[in-house]
Amino acid sequence: MYRYSDFDRDFLAERNRQFRAQVERRIDGSLTEDEFKPLRLMNGLYLQLHAYMLRVAIPYGTLNSAQMRQLAYLAETWDKGYGHFTTRQNIQYNWPRLRDVPDMLDALAEVGLHAIQTSGNTIRNVTADHFAGAAADEVADPRPVAELLRQWSTDHPEFQFMPRKFKIAITGAPNDRAVTAAHDIGLRIVRKDGEIGYQVLVGGGLGRTPMIGKVLAEFIPADDLLPYLEATVAVWNVIGRRDNKYKARIKILVHEFGLENLKAEVEKEFALRKPLYAGGKDVALLEEIKTHFAAPAFDAAPTDAFDAFYAADPIFRSWADTNLSEHRAEGYAIVTISLKKQGDTPGDATADQMRVMADLAQRYGHDELRISHEQNVILPHVHKRHLPQIHAELRAAGLATANIGLISDIIACPGMDYCALATARSIPVAQEIATRFEELKLEHEVGPLKIKISGCINACGHHHVGHIGILGLDRAGVENYQITLGGDGTEDAVIGTRTGPGFAYDEIVGAVETIVKTYLGLRESAEETFLQAYARVGIEPFKAALYPETKTRAA
Amino acid sequence: MPRDFTPKVITANHLLEGDVVYQTADDRWTRYHAEAELITDEAHAQIRLLDAERQVDTIVGAYLADAQDGPKGPEPTHFREVFRTRGPSNYAHGKQVEL
Repeated sequence: MYRYSDFDRDFLAERNRQFRAQVERRIDGSLTEDEFKPLRLMNGLYLQLHAYMLRVAIPYGTLNSAQMRQLAYLAETWDKGYGHFTTRQNIQYNWPRLRDVPDMLDALAEVGLHAIQTSGNTIRNVTADHFAGAAADEVADPRPVAELLRQWSTDHPEFQFMPRKFKIAITGAPNDRAVTAAHDIGLRIVRKDGEIGYQVLVGGGLGRTPMIGKVLAEFIPADDLLPYLEATVAVWNVIGRRDNKYKARIKILVHEFGLENLKAEVEKEFALRKPLYAGGKDVALLEEIKTHFAAPAFDAAPTDAFDAFYAADPIFRSWADTNLSEHRAEGYAIVTISLKKQGDTPGDATADQMRVMADLAQRYGHDELRISHEQNVILPHVHKRHLPQIHAELRAAGLATANIGLISDIIACPGMDYCALATARSIPVAQEIATRFEELKLEHEVGPLKIKISGCINACGHHHVGHIGILGLDRAGVENYQITLGGDGTEDAVIGTRTGPGFAYDEIVGAVETIVKTYLGLRESAEETFLQAYARVGIEPFKAALYPETKTRAA
Repeated sequence: MPRDFTPKVITANHLLEGDVVYQTADDRWTRYHAEAELITDEAHAQIRLLDAERQVDTIVGAYLADAQDGPKGPEPTHFREVFRTRGPSNYAHGKQVEL
């Protein structure tokens, strides 16, 4: 866990002091909204449909128990008792009042958290694999690099007014759990001839022009990473389009300028920048940061208690089967705590639930928590002998839903229940889909299936990479939902394909049910997942089921 | 041919609370849609919007929203504006409980 230095603390205190003064000047009328807006956005403060919204960064999704408790404290002190974890590994507070925001930021700073660069045309919160440091399949922990990038990008003078926002994701494992191919830059830690380096993807992104990232460099040695990234962002910052915000992201530059041309420009820029890093301070700093992320001292203890409980208790077994992942240490497991109880709001946790998770992390989880882009909370390091107790406490807090990776583990953006940009609601659609399949008792039979819902084309809900993606739109003053199928957010990233015309609000749950039942009818065995079946049969059987009357109409 | 002007209200968010407010005919900001001034003349709408936009120390982001006359006063016509009159659908928070 990264520990803030005096420099970090002073920087944050000064930044919060500045923002407090800016809020005061806005309230007393010396700043207009046009003047204030970029300042508040730089500090994560949005104005949404019903209230302000404060977006707090959870750098690379890592928290300790004290930080989680402080998030709970903010939720009940200045909000309505809950927070919303997002697909960007942030937490959003939906109801702060303008006057309270400086106090909220000061409270966050007490535990080394902040809202800097969670908005604006800057380098945003660097996201990472939520199993980092724990996963059995990992080449290296991506978080030290993510922390290095956070320090490098925070208040970087060259990158404060870029053509548009810029998102970086990093994974240290070949199984990509960080959707790196859907980011402006995706980094994948790889090993070549024993040496650690980075595959650099560029130009991925969802939104109105979804693109899968392309390989800008197959292998950048660790010592070159920072100057290489700086060169890439710098090239885009200069030649990226500023005439049209919808064409400003680096994915459009890659598309229009061409990957090879961009590569050549980046190489030229890299040659100029590399000498500036000649002292190797960045490399030394990375080595220093790595010491903060040293693995905890794992317990060597028997797992008999777990094995016995697993055999005896079917509810525990069901939870263990869906919510545990393989840990790199003997006797350990990674616990994913579902924030997707059927009928609840995906990603929401109450202050009490946050404290329960913080306590569990402190007592049984080496004091670590993670937030996933799939809007769940992870206890990355848990010895299996503690799992029965953890499960019991989660159950008492309404946090033991056994549905990770299943149909009710839905990503949903806030949609038109909160967001000023939304064109339709997404939360109630997620709630109703989850409830419907709970009633049908089909969830476990259906197996792995990722539904992702966005309430507008900006695609915060990652609908393009959902196995079933749902996009809410405003069609002539009525909510309408388009469906895409076959999307995939892993290392084999694919943008889903649209089925056809959209569905009304009261039809969308039925349409999803039709798709799922079609899959159940055509799969070759219970082992063939939705995505595998889709890859085999294509979109046509699903279209035929969704639009049975189309043939006659077309005739 | 330009489209016919449809009736409007002026709405914004309150600077301090951030919640939804509407401009009344007597130049107040109300939390109740039904108390808003229903504007049926396009030129008048533009003038009233200018009036609203000047009040930078009270409200943020004033705009004209479609509305229609109803038994208790102006009513929203678009679903987005309907949601703004009451709050989110996943919790009983916002105007649906505060008003």
